[in-house]
Amino acid sequence: MSAVLTLSGLDCFYGEVQVLHGLSLELNKGEVLCLLGRNGAGKTTTLKAVMGLVPAKAGSIRLGDRELTALAPHEVPKAGVAYVPQGRRLFAEMTVAENIEIGLMARGKGKPTRDRVLDLFPVLRQRLGQRSGTLSGGEQQMLAMARALCLGPEVLLLDEPTEGLMPSMIGRIRETISSLRGEGVSTLLVEQRLEAVLSVADRVCFIENGRARETVPASSLRDNPALVRRYVGVG
Amino acid sequence: MSFGPHLLLAVLEGLVTSAVLALTALGLSLVFGVMRVVNVAHGEFFMLGAVLAWAISSMVPGYPSLGFLMALLLSPLIVGAVALLAERLVLRRLDYNPEATIVATIGMLYVIQQLALTFYGPEARAVPPPFNFRLQLPWFGYSGYKLSIIAASIVLMLATWFVLTRTRIGLVMRATQYDRETAQAFGIPVDRVYAGVFALGAMLAAVAAVLIVPIQQAHYLMGLDPLLLSFIVVIIGGLGSLRGTVIAALIIGVSDGVISVFFSPTLAKIIATSAVAMVLVFRPQGLFGTAPR
Repeated sequence: MSAVLTLSGLDCFYGEVQVLHGLSLELNKGEVLCLLGRNGAGKTTTLKAVMGLVPAKAGSIRLGDRELTALAPHEVPKAGVAYVPQGRRLFAEMTVAENIEIGLMARGKGKPTRDRVLDLFPVLRQRLGQRSGTLSGGEQQMLAMARALCLGPEVLLLDEPTEGLMPSMIGRIRETISSLRGEGVSTLLVEQRLEAVLSVADRVCFIENGRARETVPASSLRDNPALVRRYVGVG
Repeated sequence: MSFGPHLLLAVLEGLVTSAVLALTALGLSLVFGVMRVVNVAHGEFFMLGAVLAWAISSMVPGYPSLGFLMALLLSPLIVGAVALLAERLVLRRLDYNPEATIVATIGMLYVIQQLALTFYGPEARAVPPPFNFRLQLPWFGYSGYKLSIIAASIVLMLATWFVLTRTRIGLVMRATQYDRETAQAFGIPVDRVYAGVFALGAMLAAVAAVLIVPIQQAHYLMGLDPLLLSFIVVIIGGLGSLRGTVIAALIIGVSDGVISVFFSPTLAKIIATSAVAMVLVFRPQGLFGTAPR
């Protein structure tokens, strides 16, 4: 399998504090790779580093042949990476339609239209004029994903997309991730719920103290709860 | 003059003050709302607009309308360019840090003020109004030019509202205002948005100054009053709220006009600053601002 996103020897800091220590990982085309680790291990920082929102002090992030650390943060989405942040980070005062419009503004030629994205989440079609801050948690998550998918990304970064959602909504999010995999979109997923990880991920990368410790097939975790306990503390 | 016409005159004067104040305060409010920068130099962009209006209109003596029109077009553009330069050289290098930019804009205030003193001088200079039409009411005659200031301000405020709420530029500005990081994650070049907003804020102050300078005269210290009043307006209206800015400018402008005419301008300022204190104590986010969550 060919790597679409490659992180090598990545060092990132928050002020004086080093959060990522030479982190390296590869995301293959059409793959769902899940980052698992304790709170503060560096999972969210890894996603932010890919987006250029946390600058890399050392190391490289390559999208195909393109070095992302050389780009300004606002150029990363145009290169083909979309990001659904933790807590959704919708523009809560804006309407659903305006949030989607923000997503569409950065898309390249031949990328999805608004209608195509709304076909994936039909419930949003009835809420276009509603302020996004007034949507339910599940609808907000759908909007956050719809906004990101407007970019027509090659790589999708999802930070805890099932956080605080009802089981039925979690199933819906899982289906969407699976269907994107079918379309060749590669997904880097940060997720705390082990069940969600096992049902959707192809591989799991364990992050500890800002380093990628082990990467294993997701299917192997069912038979190896000790591994999960070691890095996550549950299992 | 009996009480009724006297009151009408005071309200009209207050509306002219409100019109200019609303434009000036809107610039300050936009800059704070989008960039979270408290621009202490905002009054100096106002002053620079007035001084440039005098300089530009002086180039075409004998043609006050043409001179004024040129000033109205060129002065805000030049002030906008100065603001862009200041943003690039100072604010961007400070990464728009809220505390550091307050100190930096205090520095900008003195630099612009002293440059004006050096090149323009200490004199107050008048700019002839573009026309001298008087509207004759049954009780008194009133300057048609002053009424045109109110009309121009309304048009500019509506244009700003339209841009902010109905255009793609406005969408980008609002997205940057709500969440800078997420805006970047959706391809919005936040630095360029900030530069544009800072220039736009300064240009609004400059337009207000060009409009007022035929009835107030240009002077290198004239930026201090508009700065103070703009802060009063945006604190009462709610920082970053367009609607709040307009309503607070109306309240402050008209009350200033009426109290100044019937009592004294000093009392008007005392009441306005007391109103700010009350708002800060009982509703710190302002009348139309959103409380931080």
